[in-house]
Amino acid sequence: MKKNKPLFKPKKVLVIGSGPIIIGQSAEFDYSGSQACQSLREEGITVVLVNSNPATIQTDSDIADIIYIEPLRVEFLEKIIKRERPDGLLPTMGGQTGLNLAVELEKSGVLKKYKVKLIGTDIKAIETAEDRGSFAAMCKEIGEPIPQSVAANSLEAALSFASAHGYPLVLRPAYTLGGTGGGIARDEEQLRDLMTLGLNLSPTKQVLVEESIIGWAELEYEVMRDSQDNCITICNMENIDPMGIHTGESVVVAPSQTLSDNEYHMLRNAALKIIRRLNIIGGCNIQFALNQSTGEYMIVEVNPRLSRSSALASKATGYPIARVAAKLALGLLLHEVQNAVTKTTPASFEPALDYAVVKIPRWPFDKMPEGNRTLGTQMKSTGEVMAIGRTFEEAFLKALRSLEIRTPKLADADLEFHIKSPTDLRHIAILEAFRRETLSLEQVHSLSGINKWFLKKLLGIVELEKKLSSSSLEPELLLHAKRMGFSDRWIAQLTGKTEIEMRKMRKSLNMLPVYKMVDTCAAEFDAKTPYYYSTYEQENESTSRGKRRVIIIGSGPIRIGQGIEFDYCCCHASFTLRKMGIESVMINNNPETISTDFDASDRLYFEPLTFEDVMNVIELEQPEGVIVSLGGQTSINLAEQLHNAGVRILGTQIEGIDIAEDRDKFKQLLQKLNIPQPNNGVATSEKEAIAVAERISYPIVVRPSYVIAGRAMQIIYDSAELSQYINEAVEVSENRPVLIDKYVERAIEVEVDGICDGKRLFVGGIMEHIERAGVHSGDASCVTPCVRLKETVQKQLLEYSEKIALSLKIIGAINIQYVVKDDKILVLEANPRASRTMPYLSKAIGIPLLKVATEVTMGKSLDELNMPRNPPVLKHYAVKSVVFPFLKLRGVDFVLGPEMKSTGESMGIDFTFPRAYYKALLGANLKLKFAGNVAISLKDGDKERGGELASAFQSLGYKVSATDGTAKYMKGVLNMKKISEGTPNILSLLESGWLDLIINTPSKGKRANTDGFKIRRAALERNIPCITSFEAALALAEALAEAKNSELSVQPISGYYVK
Amino acid sequence: MLSDGSVFQFPGFGAYSTRIGELVFNTSMTGYQEALTDPSYAGQILTFTYPLVGNYGISKDDFESSKIQAEGFVVREVCDAPVHSNSVRTLDRFLEDEGVPGISQLDTRAIVRKIRNVGVMPAALQVAEKEKEIDTDALLAKAKSLDYSKINFVERVSRKEPETIGSGSKTCVLLDCGVKMGIVRELNKRGIEVVILPYNSTPEEILSYSPDGILYSNGPGDPALMQKEAQGMKELFDYPIFGICLGCQLMGQAAGGKTYKLKFGHRGANHPVLDRNLDKVVITTQNHGFALSEEGLSGFRVTHVNCNDGTVEGIEHEELPIFSVQYHPEANPGPQDSGYLFDKFKKMMK
Repeated sequence: MKKNKPLFKPKKVLVIGSGPIIIGQSAEFDYSGSQACQSLREEGITVVLVNSNPATIQTDSDIADIIYIEPLRVEFLEKIIKRERPDGLLPTMGGQTGLNLAVELEKSGVLKKYKVKLIGTDIKAIETAEDRGSFAAMCKEIGEPIPQSVAANSLEAALSFASAHGYPLVLRPAYTLGGTGGGIARDEEQLRDLMTLGLNLSPTKQVLVEESIIGWAELEYEVMRDSQDNCITICNMENIDPMGIHTGESVVVAPSQTLSDNEYHMLRNAALKIIRRLNIIGGCNIQFALNQSTGEYMIVEVNPRLSRSSALASKATGYPIARVAAKLALGLLLHEVQNAVTKTTPASFEPALDYAVVKIPRWPFDKMPEGNRTLGTQMKSTGEVMAIGRTFEEAFLKALRSLEIRTPKLADADLEFHIKSPTDLRHIAILEAFRRETLSLEQVHSLSGINKWFLKKLLGIVELEKKLSSSSLEPELLLHAKRMGFSDRWIAQLTGKTEIEMRKMRKSLNMLPVYKMVDTCAAEFDAKTPYYYSTYEQENESTSRGKRRVIIIGSGPIRIGQGIEFDYCCCHASFTLRKMGIESVMINNNPETISTDFDASDRLYFEPLTFEDVMNVIELEQPEGVIVSLGGQTSINLAEQLHNAGVRILGTQIEGIDIAEDRDKFKQLLQKLNIPQPNNGVATSEKEAIAVAERISYPIVVRPSYVIAGRAMQIIYDSAELSQYINEAVEVSENRPVLIDKYVERAIEVEVDGICDGKRLFVGGIMEHIERAGVHSGDASCVTPCVRLKETVQKQLLEYSEKIALSLKIIGAINIQYVVKDDKILVLEANPRASRTMPYLSKAIGIPLLKVATEVTMGKSLDELNMPRNPPVLKHYAVKSVVFPFLKLRGVDFVLGPEMKSTGESMGIDFTFPRAYYKALLGANLKLKFAGNVAISLKDGDKERGGELASAFQSLGYKVSATDGTAKYMKGVLNMKKISEGTPNILSLLESGWLDLIINTPSKGKRANTDGFKIRRAALERNIPCITSFEAALALAEALAEAKNSELSVQPISGYYVK
Repeated sequence: MLSDGSVFQFPGFGAYSTRIGELVFNTSMTGYQEALTDPSYAGQILTFTYPLVGNYGISKDDFESSKIQAEGFVVREVCDAPVHSNSVRTLDRFLEDEGVPGISQLDTRAIVRKIRNVGVMPAALQVAEKEKEIDTDALLAKAKSLDYSKINFVERVSRKEPETIGSGSKTCVLLDCGVKMGIVRELNKRGIEVVILPYNSTPEEILSYSPDGILYSNGPGDPALMQKEAQGMKELFDYPIFGICLGCQLMGQAAGGKTYKLKFGHRGANHPVLDRNLDKVVITTQNHGFALSEEGLSGFRVTHVNCNDGTVEGIEHEELPIFSVQYHPEANPGPQDSGYLFDKFKKMMK
């Protein structure tokens, strides 16, 4: 057999990251990118990394040699290539974003011009896999079945396919990620609607229209191939939900449970045939549909790159796919790469699992209840959890409680709807239907199409519940329930006990979990990986302990309000502890992240983050302490229970946490310190609330106590709105009171991130929000250093911050938020933990704040660590911008308010504020033009300053249109009609493609169906930027002006820190 | 009951019965029916490392021989409600029908770790109606009485009468040391008539069928017990010969080599093997407790090596069309990547 010629081996490789976290593209690409960078460096290669997302481990100086935080756009990448002159580009680590950019760089001739070679999978393979037409042709050629389809470039082509094949049809726009814009068309109207959307969103203006195989089983294979055509399967995965919803929306189990050996290998054969024909070098994901009555199968999709599924497969098996893929891209062969888990066997084997893995997606509907919960071919989930068990039920129930979701009560009448649609609540609804005996297994099967094997398992769970609640709790029954994955808390509820009583009883029976290793080989070889999961069996394998050890509690699934930033914090704590010679022990359940990589910590426990599961690990490990301040609200919420159970909390003590989290106590503290805060009050009833509101005067901000990311927080302008809110909010917060603050209008919001050692506070920087106060800090853009705040105000801010930190007895990280109006500072809140801005701020100032915070938490003083007295003085500006998930969540308005809605962030860094802001916006994927047509409609209060805004855009060369009310404050603008008054109006102009930018500041209230809502939605679906904050619009005009008039440069992030 | 004295008392399934066998483990995640009916498991109690077994039931088709060959089955969880369009009965029922005992709910990973650390060992498996029927001392004595390497299991599983399966332009004589039907199917698929003969057929008997090629099958037990058959093979070196598993070990012995017992064997569907002829790695199904030593082989070269532990996985005659592999190119269960070896064998049949 002829040997392929050895691959080109580069010396310097560019790796492109995936940018901000968005639905469909999450932390998994930081994980794969970081692993790849390290893997390349092991081979002596210099790695240049570019990403616009600062909250990533891959943009840390330990991971890559040269790091750029720049917008992920061809023009910026070309500048980086020109400056760095890499000779290789690894395109498959940055998700769809990275892949699309590599294709663009190739197409535009940039790679050729600078003699950069793509390494690993080549461009032809990528194009064949991504282009629906050529993929279909390839499958035909090698005799692999695919659904009948047409790659439609027009509505007419789609309609003619429909008349030949009928409905339903599945639509997938080419080159979009997470199935954006895709869907199922059940009739012509839906087809027209989805085709218009899809053609708009696809960069190649192409939509694949496909016959439906809804209801078939969906399976995925993760396969790898090296340059000598050696192929292996890493893992197969079975979607519990049948075809019809995106695999990212499915509950997934690994390995497959319902496939016979023949079926397993039939699909494996097809997968290998495809990866060979495509000439993939590295990893690849292949999705199949299988008709389980006839045994017939079809190929659904191929991803010629690392993906969300490959991250899941890595965590499910312990096999580091990205690490190996990077080596293969350099021409190493599978059997030449070591299995990093066993350290004795080669990477050319197929992992054997001796456990079941269940993944459940995490959806944002708790934050966006108005969103359409029906699932389809495009993703709506923001993150996912994974759990491991020795039975399916154990893994499933552990995953379920890892979600940290309070399930809404479902009415009998709605169960069928949730199961059939399906919605995010379908599995909960199935369990409920079995509990209430309203639907039989057969009925659920025919409604959902879910394989009866899984339904029988769910039914078995309900049957055990009934047994628990109806019979006395004998030890044997208890053990059975534990082995089925039931939590203490649930068993307690079913048997009328408290969780603590249950725990005591279980421990008195010596019924303790054991920990089994994830070792890639089903115990066949002695593995070195310290990667464990709990189960109730005989032999415990987690026995090796160092002298000093500390447990870090992770942050769980990525969700709105708790993103990759907190995983970043936990990782840094782990790295720092290890450097200090202390064993780091991580507990987390998010398969996408670096914290759950087997070599990120000394030991990893893949477990739910509930009191029971965490406490079990603590009792096994007997650590010197537990760090709860880094995993966001998830970990800090556990602090009190752990403390009460006698666990030593490291860093800030429970008293300080309590004062900071309890509005009343915090208010008293501020009064004692003589630090002002907005007028506020607490109410436990509607009547009380209205009284408080009238005392402090509208507008007000209301929220329930103990919040996560502004959950159910709202600005309220009158008592009618307040009554409506109370009725909803009280439901949300049960017995907790409602907190009411005066909303300070037209003020500047700022926040500080600092580290306190009990003697003094080191503030990394003051971050000034670009939008006015009232936008949730997680959704606001911000800049450091300040651009509007006076020196004296900044100085006073620092003084206040230190006072607060010292009196809360903070040891470690703290975040404090303020509002500044007319140079007067008011405190909004203090968070006694690492905040989501800490990774960004670390990158902005060049000081690894989390490392410092961890060292301080472990007892070092700021002086010992040579931390300066004051925030570092910067010669540059760093702007954080954010991205929102609205495009994927139809029905949700994207007006920003006190409730957080963004999923991710980007950073722009440059020597002036406008430049940095411009880069941040590009980094957040905004499509900005230097001139064109802008439509402006402003609310009362903003209108008065409309002239200033209009002339700023006019001087850029924009033609400004405005509605009458707004236009009267402007000069030289075109008048538009309101939508109700006929055309031309802003909506019709948008639809005609005439507009390039919309500025629409929304009026008060949460109501959908307003003109503003329609406008913002339409802009979103046409990918036209829509600015909803007056201040942001002004800053944008300034940024565009500067970017237009001067060439923007790039430089490595380290270049900014030089003193 | 393990011969080291450790006792696992857990819910049984299958038949009320007591069996002794060498306790081994297999790391395949699917293919329990194929494994149980694989004659190479004769004399062994099989543990599946994958915890959920029986999910897709038992089909009419997935038999590698006519019955369950393993002495007993050890699993973490046996599925009592399988779902599959081909399923005709449950795993529990299958074992019961065939009189084979099974045990479930125990920590199979702990057992695997024990075997990995100290090696395979004899064990006794009893499924009893009542707890008091279990006499652990008696079981321990039974387990200790087993000397796996002394027993000629091939004799037990080999056909006693010739049988011809399929038809075609070529004829292959297959020496049945405990053949998996997958091998026969692979040959038939390639237009080869297969004449299956008892393992101890003489060269004369073999040649009386005018074979175009001869295949020595897989089978159970210690290959060292099969000296006569190994020597007999030498007389057939004028013909294309293909050895699989035990057949490979026989060929090795025919070439002057020796076999030795592995600590815990290779049993699974994920073993990487480097094919030196192709300079490629293939993922293979394996089921052997003994391996062929490279030393002493004359006239043969080692063509295949296990990537995990470097053991011999295949040999080939330096000049003649005679070769063998230690693994299972017929798969069932496992990856179907090695079918090319059957193509190679067919090409050799002139």
